Amino acid sequence: MRITQHPILTFDRGKEIHFTFNGQPMKGYEGETIAAALHAAGVKELAKSPEKHRPRGFYCAIGNCASCQMVVDGEPNVRTCITLLKEGMQVETQEGKGRIK
Amino acid sequence: MKEVELLVIGSGPAGLCAAISAASSGANVLILERSFRPGGQLIKQTHMFFGSESQYASHRGVDIAGILLKKIEEYGDRIEIMLNATAVGFYEDNVVTVLKDETKYFKVKARSVICATGAYEKFLAFPNNDLPGIYGAGAVQTLMNVYGVRPGDRVLMVGAGNIGVIVSYQLMQAGIEVVAVLDAAPRIGAYLVHASKLARMGVPILTSHTVKEAIGTDCLEAAIVCEVDDRFRPIPGTEKRYDVDVMCISVGLSPLNELLAMRGVAMKYVPQLSGTVPMRTESCETNIPGIFVAGDASGIEEASSAMAEGYLAGLCAAAKLGYEPADFAQRRQEYLDQLANLRSGPVGDRIRAGMKISQL
Amino acid sequence: MFEKTGIASREMVMEKFPPVERINKGPVAVVECYQKIPCNPCQTACPVGAIKIGEDINNIPVRDENLCGGCGVCVARCPGLAIMIVDGSKSAETVEFRIPYEFLPLPEAGETVIGLDRAGQPICKALVRRVMNPPSFDRTPVVTLEVDRKYLYDFRNFRREA
Repeated sequence: MRITQHPILTFDRGKEIHFTFNGQPMKGYEGETIAAALHAAGVKELAKSPEKHRPRGFYCAIGNCASCQMVVDGEPNVRTCITLLKEGMQVETQEGKGRIK
Repeated sequence: MKEVELLVIGSGPAGLCAAISAASSGANVLILERSFRPGGQLIKQTHMFFGSESQYASHRGVDIAGILLKKIEEYGDRIEIMLNATAVGFYEDNVVTVLKDETKYFKVKARSVICATGAYEKFLAFPNNDLPGIYGAGAVQTLMNVYGVRPGDRVLMVGAGNIGVIVSYQLMQAGIEVVAVLDAAPRIGAYLVHASKLARMGVPILTSHTVKEAIGTDCLEAAIVCEVDDRFRPIPGTEKRYDVDVMCISVGLSPLNELLAMRGVAMKYVPQLSGTVPMRTESCETNIPGIFVAGDASGIEEASSAMAEGYLAGLCAAAKLGYEPADFAQRRQEYLDQLANLRSGPVGDRIRAGMKISQL
Repeated sequence: MFEKTGIASREMVMEKFPPVERINKGPVAVVECYQKIPCNPCQTACPVGAIKIGEDINNIPVRDENLCGGCGVCVARCPGLAIMIVDGSKSAETVEFRIPYEFLPLPEAGETVIGLDRAGQPICKALVRRVMNPPSFDRTPVVTLEVDRKYLYDFRNFRREA
């Protein structure tokens, strides 16, 4: 799902970053958000809604709408569209509102 | 508590221009930016901007961010940009509370504040509109132009305003198929030169059309669209199915300015400016002295106007702080003239009407 | 219709073209700007002052066909990609178009491509003569194509053969 050639832009991807999504090993690049890396890997469903457990994807990409909130390193409600990927991150689908430890 | 002369909230086109303008007069400025990078939505605008040379017309938005940030650097001793810093509260003693890096919470007391917080994308109600694959058009623009990630393979664009047609064109530049652009309005809202760019690529623009429903279980698989009559009611029997994995929603923006409302600034719902906006003077100052607004936070317009407003607000805010340049009156008039010029044509009719209603 | 589809009618298009006699003399800009919007880079870009907008930047640009030498600087500078250069001086059967093209892969000189009209529909074959993409064009390449004269008012875009 990555764009390799573009008439206007060049994408200087940073170094490879390794993380997990629901336990599965994944790769992304330094400088990109969790949501962007997941989308590039073909993951569209990021969370389940609190009441009807409907799939939730990314929506606004500016940290405004809460649709992309996931559990990251055990912490719920992380806005993955604006949170940068870090080496070793454990990213999980969030079920509902999430539980604060 | 951190004390500053001028606090600018937001580092999009309006905020950056406001900071440059104020710093060039001599004011010390702190910019708060909630993202990890400055530039607001300029960073994903790969198209050339309209307007005139004063607003960097003919440059691509992404490059304008670079031009403005370079100017900010020139005033490095007077401008500080704090990234990952969200302004979460704004109190009567001009204290703004800030959440930095999601963990540090502190106060900033400012003698003057310019709110340049921008806007967010509106949403549209239809069955299954929450399926993954249905994204804000601006969000898709970020995904592909900032991160180089394809949103999907086949896209239906909902909304034929400037953002809708521009993002459609940019999707095609990224090698992604756009099956159609639709809009409930009987006419294309975008500048028609943008629409023509898309039309001659063979993308149909369907006016008087809306989304009836989205289809899919885990994510979007298809969209059912239909025609609407002159009162926007769906016309039965006109349904059409598009098998798409992405639907972009581009049905307008709403000003983001809750901070000003919290501070007690007089607000008013002005449909011509696309939402609730602060009342303000010609110089972008609200009813509370020393509190200014610029850009989409004051009403939805083009980035060219946001930049001119930023320069104006920065100049006037600095002057109030005692940094009045010798050519203050002349420069103020120059920015006012730029704004009047940008808004003077028929596409500015709505804006001019909205300005009148929201003027103090 | 234009406001519903983004596709200019033939009458609208013809109004923006200079007379054929002028086209036959050499390259000249056709500025397909039909709507009053706040924008004036074409005027700023023109090195000979042939495109005029005036005080109000919402005015529709007017190109003086006698001043315009068809240099094409405006083509890559128009944010709406609404300008092209036409040149009928080279042959009695064909006309040369210079149009902006911001897509990859770019065509190559000598390649035959499919000519498209303003609705993106295939209408003819077109021969690519030249592809220009210097830094001054800022990533808006300009492609020169040779097209049968009878498509003078219809040709507006192209796509490469699949």
